Amino acid sequence: MKTRVLIAEPSEIIVAGLVQLLSEVSRFKILDPVTDASMLDERIIASKPDVVIVNATLVPSAASVRTDRNISVIALVYQYVEQLHLRRFDAVIDIRESRASIVETIIEATKTQTQHDGDNTTNYELSKRETAVLVLVAKGLTNKEIAEQLNVSPHTVMSHRKNIVHKTGIKSVAGLTVYAMLNNLIDESTLL
Amino acid sequence: MKEILYDCSRKMSELLTEEPGLIRILQRAGIPLGIGDGSIGQVCRKHGVNPDFFMLLCNIYTHENYAPTLSRVLETPMAQLVPYLKASHDYYVSKRLPHIEQHLHHIARQLPAKAADVFMRFFESYKREVTDHFAHEEQLVFPHVEALQRGEADTNYSIATFIDSHGNLEDKLNDLVQIIFKYLPGAVTSEDSVDVVYDILQVSSDLNKHSLIEEKVLVPYVKHLEEVVSR
Repeated sequence: MKTRVLIAEPSEIIVAGLVQLLSEVSRFKILDPVTDASMLDERIIASKPDVVIVNATLVPSAASVRTDRNISVIALVYQYVEQLHLRRFDAVIDIRESRASIVETIIEATKTQTQHDGDNTTNYELSKRETAVLVLVAKGLTNKEIAEQLNVSPHTVMSHRKNIVHKTGIKSVAGLTVYAMLNNLIDESTLL
Repeated sequence: MKEILYDCSRKMSELLTEEPGLIRILQRAGIPLGIGDGSIGQVCRKHGVNPDFFMLLCNIYTHENYAPTLSRVLETPMAQLVPYLKASHDYYVSKRLPHIEQHLHHIARQLPAKAADVFMRFFESYKREVTDHFAHEEQLVFPHVEALQRGEADTNYSIATFIDSHGNLEDKLNDLVQIIFKYLPGAVTSEDSVDVVYDILQVSSDLNKHSLIEEKVLVPYVKHLEEVVSR
């Protein structure tokens, strides 16, 4: 079954670009975009999306958009948006990211939601992308360096780091390094 | 809140039976066990400890949400505050941390060499963080407080610096607990792990109380002294 993606964004240029980029991915079905925020609720009910990609400045949080708990709400960002605000979404897409990274974020976000639905348990294990970020954090890279290396936005790195802390319960970088070592994700020779 | 706070007319041994954690305060204030059947006030006075000061600490230690009013703090004699805080530092650095370290060495011996190394280095760096933190207080903050208490204006330091730099000492300990809970290889005997987790949790909660005493008593008190002396 295709993932139904609804884009809610006032700028026609951004909408056109995103639709173009995502419609080349066969697993996505791109629904008719919403350009007027006041129409969003109605359209979600009518078109039953799996994922809503919404301009982060249009709505206060993922919860305010979600009509059904299986819907993932991803914040779309192309200007500075307060971190605190972005934490209220399931994931963040920055339009400066590569296509691969945007597609991956959407797929990851829908996965988490499906697992919510399936056996009513959260995915406690780190995802592939989170593990990649963790390894770089453990090696001592800054968010900016990690973003460059993985070709994603700093916003996305922050959101992965937040999930890593949430899942592992480990807050300090030194602690994450121990975690990475004990799980054989890195060895000492790779430490800076 | 008022009714659950302790007052000096209660029997000391009852207080300790109810809240055994408070024996740490007794110890740091210099009251040895073998307290007999006296009231809190009687036992304190016998050992030269101001009962109001003692109760202030006990109330903060036991009731996490309790924040004494400024007038309560200012009414309480604070001659013993710095010695008390120093005694707490000494207890962590010379007793608790070496004890935990020994346990961790025991665990590390059962880990692959490289992992053991990172594991112990993590604790080393934590220990350095704690000792640096305490050294800052002992070399800068406490002499500042003592000067103010003597009525001397002391412009070398300001409690505002302390507020800015007063970091959290429990995070890394809690990381350590998470690592031990979840990520130690099965080869480590769980008896060692369980023992050390208990020790760490106890120190972590004690350190948390220590910070609360600094935030709720030391900071407002010193801020006030700075204002009075500068006038």
